[in-house]
Amino acid sequence: MDKIPILKMGSFLLVTIQVDLYDRLALNLEADLIRMVDKTGAKGVLIDISAVNIVDSFMGRILGNIASMSRILDAQTVVVGMQPAVAITLVELGLPLNGVRTALNVEKGMALLQSMIPPGSGDEEITEDDHISV
Amino acid sequence: MAVVKEQDVVPFRNRVREYAVKIKMGLVNQTKLITAASELVRNMLRYANGGKIRIEIVTKGRDNGIRLTFADTGPGISNIDLAMKDGYSTGKSLGLGLPGAKRLVNEFNIQTETGKGTTVTIIKWSNG
Ligand SMILES: Nc1ncnc2c1ncn2[C@@H]1O[C@H](COP(=O)(O)OP(=O)(O)OP(=O)(O)O)[C@@H](O)[C@H]1O
Ligand SMILES: [Mg+2]
Repeated sequence: MDKIPILKMGSFLLVTIQVDLYDRLALNLEADLIRMVDKTGAKGVLIDISAVNIVDSFMGRILGNIASMSRILDAQTVVVGMQPAVAITLVELGLPLNGVRTALNVEKGMALLQSMIPPGSGDEEITEDDHISV
Repeated sequence: MAVVKEQDVVPFRNRVREYAVKIKMGLVNQTKLITAASELVRNMLRYANGGKIRIEIVTKGRDNGIRLTFADTGPGISNIDLAMKDGYSTGKSLGLGLPGAKRLVNEFNIQTETGKGTTVTIIKWSNG
């Protein structure tokens, strides 16, 4: 119950946050994601927050951490689906989402990730999972 | 309601949301109010080991609003002017909570005494 599922899609990781995160859950997600990026060599991380009603400084910081730690592991992070009210509130709160790229929805986010990754660096042939037939 | 642990935060936010919906507060103002509340409750948990929060509906002329009172008996804040500045933190954090919360609401009042505790009161008007 205390886990947010992380989906692997080709060379990307996809996370859909469907509940309001309390701190422990958010910290677990951060740790799990970083571990997954490291383990799978993923080139991109897509975080869908369209179901999230509140992003406070804590949650914002987690998103920033995920982005900067992923970058160290050579992966890009895109946050998609931020509700307009949440975006307005974040600006007024004064929270800089440093290094976090955003996109309107999952499709646009995927396209953005694709465009950020230098050609040839991802495993493009792998689409659904990590099974590779040799 | 009493807030003493991290798991109390989400139910508390939901309670505030219920009140805001009851007075027909718009979504953006709801989001601002709950985000400010989230910052303040987090401070209470982090620096004062929790405390008590009162949620009230208040009226001014034709406008309704929500007043939240966060009262703790923690260490208090020794330099309140500094604490209200963007970027000031004793917790190696961003120092956005207090000044950010203030920007998000219509009225913000903080009373603190070293060794006795801190009480923060905020009001968000439905049409504010
Ligand atoms: N309820 C409280 N009791 C005692 N000290 C507090 C309380 N709330 C805030 N403070 C003090 O005021 C400082 C500023 O608080 P503020 O919320 O602005 O920043 P922060 O909590 O340090 O960082 P952020 O909220 O960005 O994570 C804190 O670092 C802490 O020293
Ligand atoms: Mg704070």
